[in-house]
Amino acid sequence: MTQFLSLLLNGISLGAIYALIALGFVIIFKASEVVSFTHGSLLLLGAYTVARLSDPLGFLPAVLIGLAFTALAAFLVERLIINQLRGAPVISLAIVTIGVDIIILTELIRQIGPDILNVPHPWGGDSVRIGSVGISENRLIAMGVAGVLIIAFFAAFKYSSWGVAMRASAEDGEAAALMGIRQGRVSALAWIVAGVLAAVAALFLVGAPTPGVSAAAYTVALRAFPAAILGGLDSTGGALVGGLLIGITEALAAGYQDQLSFLGRGFGEVAPYVVMIIVLLVRPSGLFGTKELTRV
Amino acid sequence: MSDTLSAPAGATRRTPAANGTAARRSPARFLKPLVLLALLVVLLVLPLYVEEFWLRTGFAVAGAIVGAIGLNLLVGTTGQLSLAHAFFLAVGAVSYTFVSGESGGLGTRAALRGLELPPIVGLVVGVLLAGLAGLVFSPIAARLRGIYLGVASLGLVFIGVHVLNTWTPVTGGFNGRSVPEFSLFGFSFGNDDPQLFVLGVPFREAERLWYLGIVLALAAYLFARNLLRSRPGRALQTLRDSEVAASVMGVNVQAYKARVFLVSSMYAGLSGVMYALSIGSIAPESFGLTVSILFLAMIVLGGLGSVAGAAWGAAFVTALPLVFQQFADVLPLVSAPGEGGVAAGIAARYLFGLAIILVVLFEPGGLAGIANRFRHRGRRSARSPARGAPGAPADPASGTTDPAPPGAPSDPPSDPPSRGSSSR
Repeated sequence: MTQFLSLLLNGISLGAIYALIALGFVIIFKASEVVSFTHGSLLLLGAYTVARLSDPLGFLPAVLIGLAFTALAAFLVERLIINQLRGAPVISLAIVTIGVDIIILTELIRQIGPDILNVPHPWGGDSVRIGSVGISENRLIAMGVAGVLIIAFFAAFKYSSWGVAMRASAEDGEAAALMGIRQGRVSALAWIVAGVLAAVAALFLVGAPTPGVSAAAYTVALRAFPAAILGGLDSTGGALVGGLLIGITEALAAGYQDQLSFLGRGFGEVAPYVVMIIVLLVRPSGLFGTKELTRV
Repeated sequence: MSDTLSAPAGATRRTPAANGTAARRSPARFLKPLVLLALLVVLLVLPLYVEEFWLRTGFAVAGAIVGAIGLNLLVGTTGQLSLAHAFFLAVGAVSYTFVSGESGGLGTRAALRGLELPPIVGLVVGVLLAGLAGLVFSPIAARLRGIYLGVASLGLVFIGVHVLNTWTPVTGGFNGRSVPEFSLFGFSFGNDDPQLFVLGVPFREAERLWYLGIVLALAAYLFARNLLRSRPGRALQTLRDSEVAASVMGVNVQAYKARVFLVSSMYAGLSGVMYALSIGSIAPESFGLTVSILFLAMIVLGGLGSVAGAAWGAAFVTALPLVFQQFADVLPLVSAPGEGGVAAGIAARYLFGLAIILVVLFEPGGLAGIANRFRHRGRRSARSPARGAPGAPADPASGTTDPAPPGAPSDPPSDPPSRGSSSR
């Protein structure tokens, strides 16, 4: 039972990180109809920047610069490429983000090499015990920060003029444009927000129990894709649920891998994809995604 | 492997008149078969002259061409984004290795199993099993629209790599296993048995595989080209443009999606077998997400929907890193691994990424689009003095397999469109 609770708690904290990434993914999709395959490398970019700068500058400035840098990169991708392709088919847009991803990822992997860069979190690699359940401090803080960010995001999404503008453009881009909403600005802002969310997620993703920034962090980031898909690509709430679901699945599958040994070692890493495929079989648009209706 | 026809995707947009007159008047009609013939002859005699490196590269390219044509049928022609191609490649490669490979020890812990059947059986089983895998996945694929499919298929790649890593008796596990040589009715495609000399040049594994590659790639090319010109091909293109329109025209959307998945993954299976033969061993990392992405790069660069384009894209993407590696000491900025500077593989990846972005931004038709543009420009100037009357009869030689005039999106079904099948 203790093991189960401990895995559950760790799963939720991991899920909170995934939810941040998935949320960025979803708002990009809502604002500019792009499925951004660049997200994994943006995340790695954030982690790499923080890891490289925290030695000369100290942790906090490094984090701030890391956030800003990732947001800037996302903004540039949107302005220079996505914005030029307004109205292009979804597949072309997805493919172009794959192109961007190849470039950024190749450069980062070249820079990182085979090393594992350490991020000196002030909270270190300690773990705390809540009752009989243990969790690393990093993950606990991640949960708190993710919770705050997610609440702030939903508040902004509901009340701020940006949120209203974005929901309006997602609902009907043409009508929103006619009402004077500047689509380009909405989309650019969405990319910036997504970049910041990805960088925050990166900050915690490379902390304990993960050893540090390595090329493998990219694969971890990719697991947020099933989170976004299984919640429903155009549902922010779905991203949250999807993230938690994926996090818990992964933690449980990894924790019970001795019992699941017939599925092979390391099954935890593929469990999110298995869950995603099963969910999509039952609900092709994800759990909370709007069903595509076709009017003839 | 030159472009004998304009991009099949583009074919639907051209008018029959332009097609007919151009083909009748231009000398290109006589020139084209000659050029093709010359190209084929050059390809056939090449092993007599060039080094082994180029022949090996050629076989790798041939394998990639087969795979890219298959992926292009799915993504370019039908509009189903799939990142699962590496998975189907793996199914083909592993099946071949398992069916034709020998049982044997891998140290003491894990024994490899193999059925030791003739390699040609392994090849066929590999292709069929990959097709079967595609068919099993197709119910999911058929339900998902475009982008959901793209991400769902991503999952398949990771699951595939996991299986490769853990199912040791069949796949060789983390370290992989070596691939049995190909042979056909007793003729081995290995280094000897029988020893072979042609005009004094020893024909060893590389030379033999080169011809195998040409045959398989040509077959794959012709099959896809004819498929696209036939009724199912038209149906697939309509499906990409509008599923509703397709279903109103009487195209069974679900069934066609399943079939194109079947065909595409069979192509991938064959490509996987060829890949295994060209590398000589299979390992999990050979079938990761990177491979899927490279295949996507091939068809985007070549031109979505164009069979010839896919072939050119495959040649470019596969050969570039190898050529970079070969000429690492000559090229600026590129260096051999271990020295300073940018390694060949990495330099090639930058180029692919950049090329993808530029193609999508400026020339969505890819290499095929560029080729088409040049051809049309030449044609227009040649034709301008004497324009053919609209509706001139199409040249009988140019499109005998064409059931419909190229202007029509698909041949209309004889029965009235079924109203029930359109989704509301």
